[in-house]
Amino acid sequence: MSGSGFQGKNSIPHLTNERLLIKGGRVVNDDQSFYADVYIEDGLIKQVGENLVVPGGVKVIEANGRMVIPGGIDVNTCLMKPFLGTQPVDDFLQGTKAAIAGGTTMIIDHVTPQPEDSLLEAFERWQEAADKRACCDYSLHVDIPQWNESVKYELELLVQEKGVNSFQVYMAYKDVYQMTDSQLYEAFSFLKQLGAVVLVHAENGDLIAQEQRKILGMGITGPEGHPLSRPEELEAEAVFRAITLGNRVNCPVYITKVMSKSAADTITQARRKGSVVFGEPITASLATDGSHYWSKNWAKAAAYVTSPPLSPDPTTPDHLHTLLACGDLQVVGSSHCAYSTSQKAVGKDDFTLIPEGTNGVEERMGFVWDKAVAMGKMDENQFVAVTSTNAAKIFNLYPRKGRIAVGSDADIVIWDPDSVKTITAKLQQSASEYNIFEGLECRGAPAMVLSQGRVVYEDGNLQTQQGTGRFIPRKPFPDYAYQRVKFRNQVKNKQGVTRGIYDGPVYDVIPTPKYITPAPSAKTSPTSHQPPPIRNLHQSNFSLSGAQIDDNVPRRSGHRIVAPPGGRSNITSLG
Amino acid sequence: MSYQGKKNIPKITSDRLLIKGGRIVNDDQSFHADIYMEDGLIKQIGDNLIVPGGVKTIEANGKMVIPGGIDIHTHFQMPYRGTTTVDDFNQGSKAALAGGTTMIVDHVIPEPGTSLMEAYDQWRQWADEKTCCDYSLHVDITHWNDSVKQEVDNLIKEKGVNSFHVYMAYKDYYQMSNSELYEVFTFLAERGGIAQVHAENGEIIAEEQARMLQMGITGPEGHVLSRPEELEAEAVFRAITIASQTNCPLYVTRVMSKSAADIISQARKKGNVVFGEPITASLGTDGTHYWSKNWAKAASFVTSPPLSPDPTTPDYLNTLLSSGDLSVTGSAHCTFSVAQKAIGKDDFTQIPEGVNGVEERMALIWDKAVTTGKMDENMFVAVTSTNAAKILNLYPRKGRIAVGSDADLVIWDTDSIRTITAKTHNSAAEYNVFEGMELRGAPLVVICQGKIVLEDGNLHATSGVGRFIPCSPFPDFAYKRVKARKQLAVLRAVPRGMYDGPVSEFSMSRGGTPSASARTSPTKQPVRNLHQSGFSLAGPPTPDDVPIRPAGRRIVVPPGGRSNITSLS
Repeated sequence: MSGSGFQGKNSIPHLTNERLLIKGGRVVNDDQSFYADVYIEDGLIKQVGENLVVPGGVKVIEANGRMVIPGGIDVNTCLMKPFLGTQPVDDFLQGTKAAIAGGTTMIIDHVTPQPEDSLLEAFERWQEAADKRACCDYSLHVDIPQWNESVKYELELLVQEKGVNSFQVYMAYKDVYQMTDSQLYEAFSFLKQLGAVVLVHAENGDLIAQEQRKILGMGITGPEGHPLSRPEELEAEAVFRAITLGNRVNCPVYITKVMSKSAADTITQARRKGSVVFGEPITASLATDGSHYWSKNWAKAAAYVTSPPLSPDPTTPDHLHTLLACGDLQVVGSSHCAYSTSQKAVGKDDFTLIPEGTNGVEERMGFVWDKAVAMGKMDENQFVAVTSTNAAKIFNLYPRKGRIAVGSDADIVIWDPDSVKTITAKLQQSASEYNIFEGLECRGAPAMVLSQGRVVYEDGNLQTQQGTGRFIPRKPFPDYAYQRVKFRNQVKNKQGVTRGIYDGPVYDVIPTPKYITPAPSAKTSPTSHQPPPIRNLHQSNFSLSGAQIDDNVPRRSGHRIVAPPGGRSNITSLG
Repeated sequence: MSYQGKKNIPKITSDRLLIKGGRIVNDDQSFHADIYMEDGLIKQIGDNLIVPGGVKTIEANGKMVIPGGIDIHTHFQMPYRGTTTVDDFNQGSKAALAGGTTMIVDHVIPEPGTSLMEAYDQWRQWADEKTCCDYSLHVDITHWNDSVKQEVDNLIKEKGVNSFHVYMAYKDYYQMSNSELYEVFTFLAERGGIAQVHAENGEIIAEEQARMLQMGITGPEGHVLSRPEELEAEAVFRAITIASQTNCPLYVTRVMSKSAADIISQARKKGNVVFGEPITASLGTDGTHYWSKNWAKAASFVTSPPLSPDPTTPDYLNTLLSSGDLSVTGSAHCTFSVAQKAIGKDDFTQIPEGVNGVEERMALIWDKAVTTGKMDENMFVAVTSTNAAKILNLYPRKGRIAVGSDADLVIWDTDSIRTITAKTHNSAAEYNVFEGMELRGAPLVVICQGKIVLEDGNLHATSGVGRFIPCSPFPDFAYKRVKARKQLAVLRAVPRGMYDGPVSEFSMSRGGTPSASARTSPTKQPVRNLHQSGFSLAGPPTPDDVPIRPAGRRIVVPPGGRSNITSLS
């Protein structure tokens, strides 16, 4: 299969590859479905409607009333994430082939630099690799492994010149990627100014480290230690904290890999309160559960290891689908990061060393159809929204991607809702030996996939071409995430109260102030080195000598607040 | 002020008292009965008691007789930057008695880096000298290391302290990291202590404070603006998560906002062992006063977490208190004079934190919860006294009117109405955060250690009579469930054969899931790590490649067969 060039494959003549007409299909966007023909030229959708006037000699695809949907966008893949010197077995070629076979025509991969690496260099390395090998359009998130001044500069560059508008921060992986709350606050503030979307890996790393130690100490070394040391509470806690930070900074927050009911519920509640937060369940959390960690087959159990872990609660997938259907969760990723069994076996005697990642890029759309649409939870328009349109909106690709409309990219899937197949590692595109969905029956699959206006998959045959994938740059300040934030910025201005200066007695403070909640800025008094006042041992609380008042208060003195023209403020519950 | 020479209480009868014709209200039931007390204990309860002659008799005339209140959270005589709060143990406990509270539990706050034991001794000395009612102590853990561990152990075993307070706020000072909290909670769970938390996200507060000051907001309104209630809710959520991981009972001090209270009630619905303590201030007033033009008034409301600016908060908290989602009430009484507060006149972060409330606590709850029909009188007793006694493991000695219990009683007048004002309160502070509030309900007679200390509006408190009441560990109220769960939630490994397939070689450079322990491999190695292939074809994987734990450790199949743990943990 690999490297199969475009030409020479069955019935598509070379000439017509730039011009295509899809006839008689039912176009399904996220807002409506309608019957129309779609005419494609030069990789773009040129006309949508009935009785189109098209040039002669155009290749015509008969859709026969089947669904014509925008190609899927997988917002979370890790096709090049290094782990202890090795790389996932699915690289950009293998991974994007799997994506296309599943009806996904665009991926957004995570650039994962190591702490101390330059983000920019890592980004360029990823881009180079993807340009050479990707078979479908792609874009890149950049992970921020640590927070410091030089990172800031690189982030600015990435946003303004490199077309990256989303960055991932980690609340887990203590002593490696994990950021403290203060760092997160700063990162959120900074990224918000840049108009970027903050992706959060939400798990409480401190507690995980403690639990891992405890579990190893109990002699539990197998993959079951992984979920035992990362209970879903820790995920929910971190989600809650991330949302709190987002609210404080007034910054949109995007939770990657929603794996448990409680994390999803936390997001739901926050959205009810008006927080700008998005949740991304992944194929694995939507289709299987964590009971397999207890499998007697080590290799199988290890194949499920990912973080946050799959929840051992078997009702989780169903719950997540319900929330996806009602719009509380917005996008579906795959977090596809496939390691071979021998790579996983690095952790055969210590679960904390098992490389993390599951497959799912190929199965993503099929399972959402099977578990949500075929079950009657979700309609076909919402299906398009969660697999494609919402992702395009959040990451500012809309309407170029995620919609069938004149002017959009010709990434189109003809969807067959009735095809039934059984997932198995033997038939998958991925190179890994295990498929965590092994044996599951899945209804719904792409019948034909068009990427950049070319047929790349038809009736089970891939016709991909290595290196055709383009990097799609993304602009900052996506409306879908930032419009509300902008308005809130205007409303949320805080004002001090204008008062006369307090001129009563002030208690003398011994310097070396200990009980101050530290105002971390440099503002706090360089003057606090003054000699201690002599009178500080007096019992009386009253300092009768007025002249000393200002001397002992280590701040700008005589700072009079001028009354604003609008009179006093009435802020009550806004803040 | 001393006991003798006051009005009509003859000295002889001081140790023998009979309350006639009252309605006894405990947390479970109310009934009419007489109470006979001797030597500070309740000796008999019932009708037509046979009592010695010459006993002083108090006619209750059908009024409620309730267990004396327990204020589970006070800061009397708290040192602060060279000064102390204006209410010392004498002044403070007098105010407590005047409000119907016959026992207080004060917080020992050692400076970070100093000995917990010394601080405890210091507090004991101050309190023994001056308190007018029984007291007990919480100890705050302001830093964490092995010697602190040892001291905590001693305090639990020998000094009668069973509750320890940790801080999630006050960055770089009292604040503890999540890992430290985990260790503290684990330790307390083993020793049967109660973990109390000050729940606010200190790191975000520090950032917000810097931002407020930068914006030129320096007055008390900056206090509440830099500590929005979300940060409280977030920390409560986190504390509950850590407590649940470590299987340790959690006690959240000072529940000040609706969202924090909601988190607690949700957690309780999920089965977490967590107790919430709203305080007098959060039950009685709100944070709108921070915007007062009067700096001194605004500053007098400064406490942490701050009062919520949402004026519906008190009502909401009273509702949750009535439904049992919040368990106990304290006052967090910690009063500073205006001059002391004025330390922060140009910078709100310097304003000493604390509000009054020890005197108003019981009346306020009666007024806001019982007279409004939210709560019945039994629940009133539960939240003002009984639950606190249970958490401290003092029940039924305190918190109940029963034979053998301490004679700490209050005859409660449900109809008396008075207006709160700083002019008449027993605290030494110039401001009262409840100024002008009309409260229905007040103690008519207060009996502490079997002696009448309040009668006809006159206080006869005696300095120094207060005894330290030691609390023993593993209170059933908190630990019974925990013990049962510990037995259930045993984690087991899956017995598998050894994995004997190929193992990818790897370099231990960096990255990877950090297994935080020191266990990870000191072995730097393989040469072949740059190969593309994931397969290592080199023969049988030698144990040396895998830098792990006792190699060749086969897990023996347990007699019970494989485990079935799914969602329990």
